[in-house]
Amino acid sequence: MTTAREREAIQHDFQTKMNEDELLNCMRCGFCLPACPTYIESGMQEKYSPRGRIALMKAVKDGLIEPDEEVERSLDLCLGCRACEPVCPSGVKYGELLEDARDIINQNKKHSLPVRMLRKGVLDGLFPHQNRMINVSSLLGMYQRSGLSKVARKIGFMELFPESMATMEKVLPSVPKRKEMKHRLRHFEPDIVKKATVAFFTGCLMDTMFLETNQSTITLLQKVGCEVVVPEGQLCCGALHGHSGEKEKAKQMAKQNIEAFEQVQADYIITNAGGCGAFLIGYDHLLKDEPEWADRAKSFVSKLKDISAILVDLDFHHQHLRLPDQIVTYQDSCHLRNVMRTFDEPRTLLKAIGGVTFKEMEGADRCCGSAGIYNIVEPDMSMQILDHKMEHVKETKAATIVTANPGCLLQMKLGIEREGLTGRIRAVHIVDLLLEALN
Amino acid sequence: MIDSKIREQLVAIVGNENYDDTISGRLVYSYDATPNHQELPDAVISPKDKQDVCQILKVCNLEKIPIVARGSGSNLCGGTCPVEGGIVLLFKHMNQLLEIDKENLTVTVQPGLITQDMIKQVEAAGLFYPPDPSSMKISTIGGNISENSGGLRGLKYGVTRDYVLALEVVLPNGEMIHTGGKLAKDVAGYDLTRLFVGSEGTLGVITEATLKLIPKPESKKTMLALYQDIEAAARSVSQIIAKRIIPTTLEFLDKHTIRAVEDFAQIGLPTDVEAILLIEQDGPPEIVARDIQHIADICRSEQAVDVTVAKSDEEAEKLTTARRTALSALARLKPTTILEDATVPRSEIATMVKAINDIAIKHNVKISTFGHAGDGNLHPTCLTDVRDKDEMERVEAAFADIFAKAIDLGGTLTGEHGVGVMKSPYLEWKLGEAGIAVMKGIKEAIDPNNIMNPGKMFAKELKKRVVIGE
Ligand SMILES: Cc1cc2nc3c(=O)[nH]c(=O)nc-3n(C[C@H](O)[C@H](O)[C@H](O)COP(=O)(O)OP(=O)(O)OC[C@H]3O[C@@H](n4cnc5c(N)ncnc54)[C@H](O)[C@@H]3O)c2cc1C
Ligand code: SF4
Ligand code: SF4
Repeated sequence: MTTAREREAIQHDFQTKMNEDELLNCMRCGFCLPACPTYIESGMQEKYSPRGRIALMKAVKDGLIEPDEEVERSLDLCLGCRACEPVCPSGVKYGELLEDARDIINQNKKHSLPVRMLRKGVLDGLFPHQNRMINVSSLLGMYQRSGLSKVARKIGFMELFPESMATMEKVLPSVPKRKEMKHRLRHFEPDIVKKATVAFFTGCLMDTMFLETNQSTITLLQKVGCEVVVPEGQLCCGALHGHSGEKEKAKQMAKQNIEAFEQVQADYIITNAGGCGAFLIGYDHLLKDEPEWADRAKSFVSKLKDISAILVDLDFHHQHLRLPDQIVTYQDSCHLRNVMRTFDEPRTLLKAIGGVTFKEMEGADRCCGSAGIYNIVEPDMSMQILDHKMEHVKETKAATIVTANPGCLLQMKLGIEREGLTGRIRAVHIVDLLLEALN
Repeated sequence: MIDSKIREQLVAIVGNENYDDTISGRLVYSYDATPNHQELPDAVISPKDKQDVCQILKVCNLEKIPIVARGSGSNLCGGTCPVEGGIVLLFKHMNQLLEIDKENLTVTVQPGLITQDMIKQVEAAGLFYPPDPSSMKISTIGGNISENSGGLRGLKYGVTRDYVLALEVVLPNGEMIHTGGKLAKDVAGYDLTRLFVGSEGTLGVITEATLKLIPKPESKKTMLALYQDIEAAARSVSQIIAKRIIPTTLEFLDKHTIRAVEDFAQIGLPTDVEAILLIEQDGPPEIVARDIQHIADICRSEQAVDVTVAKSDEEAEKLTTARRTALSALARLKPTTILEDATVPRSEIATMVKAINDIAIKHNVKISTFGHAGDGNLHPTCLTDVRDKDEMERVEAAFADIFAKAIDLGGTLTGEHGVGVMKSPYLEWKLGEAGIAVMKGIKEAIDPNNIMNPGKMFAKELKKRVVIGE
């Protein structure tokens, strides 16, 4: 519930803070409608479309309507997948508008106590601290290794949570031991003649729950001739904060990351998570109002590259790659595709593997419904999207679904579990599959 | 506000889930793609089928509630802006392709079907539906028919009107009529089909349409001709047609448009030229090859600096797709984009292009021009900012001059975007008083309570005709 006073404050901030030029830039042509998953899945309701959302934001700014529950609902239901951006001929920066609007609403709202606790605990207390991330992840690891997880599953503890969460618990990867996470090496020599020096952005989730994938990434980089440095002091990219209306926190994290990477003279900064990459690439916009950071942010952003892009640049796909005969399909990471604009490279790499028949699924470019914490806060829409996604997966008869982002990876695993296909279909991160193919 | 008793009746017809009168639900149907027009409807209703439409219209006719039929709201004349409130009618439940008749070469559809979806299905059946408005990715057939939309293939194949064979229409009194049929010939009475085509939702609600299909052309070729002189490009257009070649597509883009499109599409369009012509020909391969050669020669003799033919179908497709984004791509340059639709006889295209440039200088406004040059249909587009009142006045004056010039050259105010609210004050310039009176008479006969899209087509206040050269 939003109180009258909160609404007034929100409206006021819309008037003073929303970027009017960007709102006007939308000429309401509607070219973005067919690309928007929530428009399609809601049975073509304009209020759940990009054009409708922009119109609502503008109307709140213009004072035509109040920021009521319906307006919030419309914004809440947005996946933030940004599929509306590459198709917009006017170049409307929808992602920025959404972030600003969410920030305003969040800053002016007193959340209910449990929500506040959760936000505070997770967004302030956890993600900005790699140490604590390691602790939580190790708790999870202990929970898994001790057999407690089996017990919890048996007594149905997880059934207290939304259905998606309960299933999600089953598909979480086994977390590496705390020791492995804490004592990681920070410098790796290339296996062949050096072609570039790269700094690796590990990502908070990737460096805990998906540590193995990070190791595979480094190994692949070494194989193509990269000297790899893992700068110390780097943090979570801040995407979860930025996307859920905690802009200030996100800014602090951005600055610390920029500082950490300035300590390395790298040609490129490499990420292996589309979601992080897309947020990192927006650091210059995030810090646009802070002149002393503008250039530093720009230089950071200009070096960013996704792992699949650098692998293609350095001819990884011409190496001898082989897997047992199988059909493989690829689910785009929305942010890798729509923001980093990287979508050909992963496909080029997969097609280069001997034994692999690459089959494009229908709507591979459409969001899988994971979208950060969307699958937890909007389970109904998320599961509806996922179920449609799984239909398209099944049509390809693929044995392996490849993704390029941890959130998508978990969501695809969840989809496999929900469909009862565990054991028959697997979901993997692209770098893990590539390493498998190389060995 | 809709009275609660009437609300109950309407909800009873369509069900709660298809009746929305929340403020945000109404707001998102308060606009279309026309800049500077916005008005809230009182409710938004999505009929499940044509019976629902009949019942809704009966209620609204009795209660004198305005009805605005709406496809995707991509029109550029304020056509779906509910200027007098009332009900916005959506066709999201009526969006099916009903039948492709391979013997009579027709397709029958519901009004909410997206143009491109229909074209894809028709082509998969080996047939061809030529009208292809740039907005076809989102526009609906109901909207195309009601605006009599044109497209890139209009030069050779005509516009929507030339493909509508039969319509099912619900009249304001709730009666349903069927016009035309799957017929090549039909002279039984007035041609009501043509009356409803382009009627902009002011006469009735289209609930079904049968459209003509033709065999798919065997092959096509696409080329670009580049110019350092805008008027040379315009002269080429007139020359090509005077030499009796009718290409499928003959599109014109000026420098600013090229840059904006390239900025978005990134397909390697030359950004250092003043104008380009995008030309396409289809048909049997020998004829296509001969025509393309011929056209290239004409362009060169009119000082084209370069002429290139697309090497593959994909490359050709990229070019035409990029052209379709011209308007929205221009919109990225300035907060407000006002586009016009003046059309002149093909032979006058060079004169018109020159006139537009002179008028822009005279009023000190920035106008980019692109359009279906082969049809004589140009889209002079003004990049401006609604917040700049002074400039907005100059823009309006410039467009008044452009309309006047077009009419002087034997042309019209709007070639394909319709009258709506945008052109209604100028309509009399084209039709004259007697012309308007006939149209008003038709409107009153069919819609005596003026519930169908009121406030469109016929303006309350007319603009005085400006006389150029005074
Ligand atoms: C970027 C862009 C490019 C465009 N390019 C072209 C182009 O190349 N050529 C061209 O001709 N136009 C073009 N247009 C204009 C517009 O797309 C067309 O007029 C299109 O036909 C409108 O379709 P719609 O479904 O959006 O209809 P809407 O805009 O929703 O409605 C248009 C009119 O049709 C009426 N209507 C809709 N459905 C029904 C129905 N079932 N019964 C009765 N009346 C109905 C409405 O009341 C309204 O008056 C363009 C627009 C944009 C934004
Ligand atoms: S966001 Fe872009 S594509 Fe969507 S309506 Fe606005 S201008 Fe058109
Ligand atoms: S970000 Fe995704 S869900 Fe949100 S409006 Fe854009 S396309 Fe739709």
